[in-house]
Amino acid sequence: MSLTPTTPAPTGFDESALVARAKAGDAQAFTDLVNQYERKIYRLAKHITQNDEDAEDVLQETFLKAYEHLDNFQGNSKFYTWIVRIAVNESLMKLRKRKGDRTVPLDEPVDTGEEMVTREIAVWDDNPEQRYSREEIQEILDNAVEGLKPDFRTVFMLRDIEELSTEETAEALGISIPAVKSRLLRARLALREKLTRQFKRKGEDVFAYL
Amino acid sequence: MLTCKQFLQELNDYLDPNGDPEMKQRLQSHVTECPNCFVIVDTTKKTLQVYKGCEPQQIPEDVKSRLLKALERKMAARKAEQA
Repeated sequence: MSLTPTTPAPTGFDESALVARAKAGDAQAFTDLVNQYERKIYRLAKHITQNDEDAEDVLQETFLKAYEHLDNFQGNSKFYTWIVRIAVNESLMKLRKRKGDRTVPLDEPVDTGEEMVTREIAVWDDNPEQRYSREEIQEILDNAVEGLKPDFRTVFMLRDIEELSTEETAEALGISIPAVKSRLLRARLALREKLTRQFKRKGEDVFAYL
Repeated sequence: MLTCKQFLQELNDYLDPNGDPEMKQRLQSHVTECPNCFVIVDTTKKTLQVYKGCEPQQIPEDVKSRLLKALERKMAARKAEQA
């Protein structure tokens, strides 16, 4: 009979405690980790692979591999960063396979800005969110990301959506820190450009607030 | 003063709350004098805001149940190994 007093229900999500329990063989703890991160991993996989079926495979492989190799997880990084790295690798493998074994040039230098994308310079509606429904906004955002080249798209997803640091992103992708920075810049500018086409203020007074 | 091209190349630093303060000051003085770059900064910030505001959508039910089944199989196999 256990004499351990019942602890109050946790108010926050304690990743490291769950990881420790999962490592000790607590299946429910691992399932809780899956529940916590599955949507983010699925979104990431979907954005990188651009394919529902591949994203589902990546989702499964990521958590199965994480479970299988949990003992190797040292806790030097966050668990989330660790599974993101697995998911990125799995996603890139899918991309490569689909492109007939042609290596996706993620580690190739990209030219960094002879022609910075700044054709659309216009202020936005105060509330573009009110002009479109939530579904329409979602579609606009997704289409804009999908229009980016895979190496820009992936860096943008990791840095700005999944909120990994520059260093973590570089590590997850096996590229240099300057490469992460320049890709992020290009991605942000390209997205800004695409969204401006949708969200710019209608009418004559595009510079009205200057 | 920085050119617009130089400014754009440093835009990430400008947006980074932990960016180098001296560089940020130089970037700031460009923005106050250049309406185009002001708009670019403003709309880039808004771009990041709309993306950061997106919660990931729910995973389709069938995808989720296949994931859980695959995990259960793996966990059962692990248990059998250890037994």
